[in-house]
Amino acid sequence: MTFLDKTARSFFLVEIVKGFWLTLKYFFKPKVTINYPFEKNAISPRFRGEHALRRYPNGEERCIACKLCEAICPALAITIEAEARDDGSRRTTRYDIDMTKCIYCGLCQEACPVDAIVEGPNFEFATETREELYYDKDKLLENGERWEAQIAANLKMDAPYR
Amino acid sequence: MAEFFDIYMLPVFEILGKILLIVLPLLGAMAYLTYAERKVMAAMQLRQGPNMVGPFGLLQPLADGLKLFGKETIIPSASNRAIFVLAPMLTFMLALISWAVIPFDVGMVLADVNVGILYLFAVSSLGVYGILMAGWASNSRYAFLGGLRSAAQMVSYEVSIGLVIVTVILVTGSLNLTEIVMAERTWWMHLLLFPMFIVFVISALAETNRAPFDLPEGESELVGGYNVEYSSMTFALFFLGEYMNMILMSAMTVILFLGGWKVPFGLEWEWLTMVPGLIWFVLKICAVLFIFLWSRATLPRYRYDQLMRLGWKIFLPLSLLWVLVVAGALIMNDALPMPAGVEG
Repeated sequence: MTFLDKTARSFFLVEIVKGFWLTLKYFFKPKVTINYPFEKNAISPRFRGEHALRRYPNGEERCIACKLCEAICPALAITIEAEARDDGSRRTTRYDIDMTKCIYCGLCQEACPVDAIVEGPNFEFATETREELYYDKDKLLENGERWEAQIAANLKMDAPYR
Repeated sequence: MAEFFDIYMLPVFEILGKILLIVLPLLGAMAYLTYAERKVMAAMQLRQGPNMVGPFGLLQPLADGLKLFGKETIIPSASNRAIFVLAPMLTFMLALISWAVIPFDVGMVLADVNVGILYLFAVSSLGVYGILMAGWASNSRYAFLGGLRSAAQMVSYEVSIGLVIVTVILVTGSLNLTEIVMAERTWWMHLLLFPMFIVFVISALAETNRAPFDLPEGESELVGGYNVEYSSMTFALFFLGEYMNMILMSAMTVILFLGGWKVPFGLEWEWLTMVPGLIWFVLKICAVLFIFLWSRATLPRYRYDQLMRLGWKIFLPLSLLWVLVVAGALIMNDALPMPAGVEG
C-alpha cells in the first residue's frame, strides 16, 4: 500500500504542486525590501557607528586626554598625544582613529569618563581612498558638531539602563 | 530591368519586411522576458526586483544591453577561434529561424510549410550544436563539462518531446502547424492530451536548459558551464538564444496543446471573439512563460543522474505508452483523422 501511495504521489506530482502553490502565495505577498537610499530602517540608540569627539555646551572640548580609550582599544586604532594647554588644563594635541583598524566594539565610549569619544548613529561614511579613513582630531570634532543633537538624544535615551 | 525588379527584388523586400516584422518584436519580447523573469523571481522571494531604471525599472533591459555592448570581447588564446566565434552565432540563428513556421494567427505565418512541426523539431535538435561547439572550442574544463551535459540532456529529452508530438499528430492528423491548431478536439481528446502537456512542458524546460534542469550552466558547480569563457556580445548572443528558445518552446506548447490563437476554453462570447487571434496567442505564450519563470523560482536543480533517470526511465516509457493509449482511444471512438479521400 505504501508503494502504491508513493507511486501515485510521485506520478501526480503532489510535492511539486505543493511547492508551486507556496511560491504562488508568496508572489502576491507584500514585499519586505526597503528602498535603501530613500528609506532606512530605525536604528537602536546603542548603535555603534562612526566616531565623534564631543564638546561641552560652552564649546569646550570634553576630552581630557586620559588615554583610557587608547589603552582599552583592542584593535590599537587610537593614537593620542597630549600636552598642557596655556591655561594649565590637560588637552590632546593629537587624537587619531584609524577607521580601517577599528572594529566598532564600542569599548572606547564605555571607557571614556567624560563622554567625549562616542560612536554616533552614522554608518554611511564610505570613502574612495584609504587615506580618508585615517581620522584626525579635526575630523572627529567636526563629526561631533554634525551629529551632536542625535548623539545627545541617544545618550539620554540609553542613560536609565546604565 | 523592370522585370527583374518585379520578379526578384519585390518578393525579396516583401519577405525581408516580414522577417523584420517577426524578429524585431521578438527581440523586444526577449528583452522584456529577462525583466519579467527578474520581477517574478523577486516577487516570489519577497523582493522588489529592478525598479530604479525608468518607471518600475522598465528600462532595465536596455541598461543591461548597453552594458553588455560596452564590454570587451575576450577570446581565450587556447581556444579554437573560428568555432568559438561561430558557436554563439549558430545558437542565436537557430533560435531565430524556427519562427519562420510559427503561425501567429490564421494565415499569419512566414512559411506555411506542410511539415512545420518536423521543421521545428529538427531546428530545435540542431540547437545542441551551438552549445557543444562552445563547450569544445573554449578549451576549458568547465565549459567542456557544461557542453557535454547539455548535449546529453537535450538529446534525451528530444526523444520524449518527439513522442509527445506524435500523440498530438495522431489526434490532429496533420504536420502543418496551422492545421494542428484548427483541428477539432473533443473533451476526451483534451483529457487524454493533458498528461502529455505536462510531459511536454517539463521536457521543454530541459530542452531550453532552464531551471530545474539548468545543470549545463550550473553556476554553483560549473561557474556558468558552456558560456564561462564568453563575454560581451558573444555571451549576449547565447543569452538571447536561450530566452528566444524559451519563447519558442512556449509558442510550441501553445500551438500543440492550448489551441494557438483561438479563444481559450472554446468560449463563444462576442467580447472575447472580437479580440484578434494574435493577442490571444501572445497572452497564452505569456502564461506558459510564467510557468517557466515560476518553476525557476520554485524548484531546486536536478542532479545529473536524476535528470537522465527522469528522461529515459520515466518520460520515454510514459510517452511511448501514451502513444498507444491515444491511438487506441481514437480507434475505439472512430475518431482517427483520415486524409481526404480515404475511408475510415
